[in-house]
Amino acid sequence: MQGFPRFTPVAEHGLLVEFGERIEAAIHDRVLALDAGLAADPCPGLAETVPAFASLMIRFDPLATDHAAVETHARGLLTRPLAARQTTPRDVRVCYDADLAPDLAEVARASGLSPEEVIAAHLAGRYEVFMYGFAPGYAYLAGVPDVLQMPRKPTAVRGVPAGSVLIAGPQCLVSTLTMPTGWWIIGRSPTRILTEDPARPFLFDVGDPVRFRRISRAEFGAA
Amino acid sequence: MTDAILSVAFAGPHVTVQDTGRPGLMRFGVPASGPMDRLAFAAANLALGNPADAPAIEVSRGGLVLACLAGEVGFAVAGGGFILEHDGVKRGSWTVARLRQGETLAIRPGPWGSWCYLAIEGRLACPTWLGHAATHSLSGLGGGRLATGQRWTVTGTRCEADEGAIPCPVFARPRHEIRVTLGPQDRFFAPETVERFLSATWEMTDAWDRMGVRLKGPGIAPAVALDMPSEPVLRGSVQVAGDGVASILLADHQTTGGYPKIATVLDCDLDAMAQLRPRDPLRFTVVSPVDAIQLARTSAQRCQRYLAGLSRGCSFASGHQDKLPPRSAESLPPAS
Repeated sequence: MQGFPRFTPVAEHGLLVEFGERIEAAIHDRVLALDAGLAADPCPGLAETVPAFASLMIRFDPLATDHAAVETHARGLLTRPLAARQTTPRDVRVCYDADLAPDLAEVARASGLSPEEVIAAHLAGRYEVFMYGFAPGYAYLAGVPDVLQMPRKPTAVRGVPAGSVLIAGPQCLVSTLTMPTGWWIIGRSPTRILTEDPARPFLFDVGDPVRFRRISRAEFGAA
Repeated sequence: MTDAILSVAFAGPHVTVQDTGRPGLMRFGVPASGPMDRLAFAAANLALGNPADAPAIEVSRGGLVLACLAGEVGFAVAGGGFILEHDGVKRGSWTVARLRQGETLAIRPGPWGSWCYLAIEGRLACPTWLGHAATHSLSGLGGGRLATGQRWTVTGTRCEADEGAIPCPVFARPRHEIRVTLGPQDRFFAPETVERFLSATWEMTDAWDRMGVRLKGPGIAPAVALDMPSEPVLRGSVQVAGDGVASILLADHQTTGGYPKIATVLDCDLDAMAQLRPRDPLRFTVVSPVDAIQLARTSAQRCQRYLAGLSRGCSFASGHQDKLPPRSAESLPPAS
């Protein structure tokens, strides 16, 4: 794509690498390739990398290196062929009972489906973690089927419980905190994204494929 | 080695436990958090001979009143021009003293500054999250928020540090001339809008918390309709909402955002900027990325010298050299 990748210095400790300006799998693959390349072959002074839909933020220690040296290193990695990605499929359990899915009926009306067909369509989606953002453990999953893609609500609803399964446009996420949201609430999950396991505190790595699995109210209650 | 029990007689909003923060987890949506003024935080700890990353209490302009129910503990307060009332005596922040059973320590805003740090000689018994006591305000995870009526235990108390003043360096004062690099999304703005951003005198507002502060000033709306997938953002990002209102993202910032960032404040100016108060004026100056690196290095050296002097100034047992923060901006508290 014309003009990409684009390298932009950010303050004294950041370099933003943009691969495009759209949410698109091919662009996201390039983000993850550079992310993996820097993990395998870090430049001196590298502090952390933060992948997003179409860009990667590289944070570094300005006492150890500078923007130009980090850019040279990253450009060198970009010339290498894309390596096969190491990902792990993840399962997320979800209960779609009406009291846990206050927007399921509205999504059904808007899409011209029955609530059961909405659930089937949501379960049939092939999801992938595109990035984390907004708040701890908020993983943005791409892959909501076309028929379920709806714009956000005009105003946010307050006090939406943690564990809510939300959709908006092509994206789906499972909330980790009780927060306001303008996304559509179509279920509730007992699966913890913030796992409280010190060895693996976050369930997903960016790039992991995700599958939703339907559970009954009894299973939800027992979880 | 004994315990002290502190009771929170009053805590204003935004009073939390902080350590140096949990860097490296932005890819999971977790900002580093940590002190709003990292230099003052380190000064309070080092004045007591504590490790530079020991958990301490960040006090906002809301103030804090602690009563010592049992035990005795040395403490240091650094940051801002706060007023301490302790044992019938009034003094400023930047001080080391002892809090004894039956005494009350009140920390209230004084002539200047927005944040100060109460470090203690001992270990504050508090929860940690992902290995750090730094409190992430949005979730409340970490050491936590202080609330009126709570009791906090300090284990392994000491009273070893000399009582008296901690030197307050001039670079710990509020900074009104804020240095930025342009972008990373300045291309969304017309050249005259970028010019307006740089020539205006802005004002801090009372719409602030640990996540960010809204600015008052001219409208600087983006020139083109926003169609940008969310990008990673850093502490110090100056983001502009669709209505043209600018905000600066601070310690507990969102890790990604879809608003364009017209500029990014140098990390080494953020601590002194955080000490500004609502209605204080500020202006932005652009520096090149190369100059930004040089400014960061100069600032880090100055902070390092100051903090090393604090450690040497402590009169108790030797061996404090190894408690100095390493020469790395990741753990160094930069200042202007």
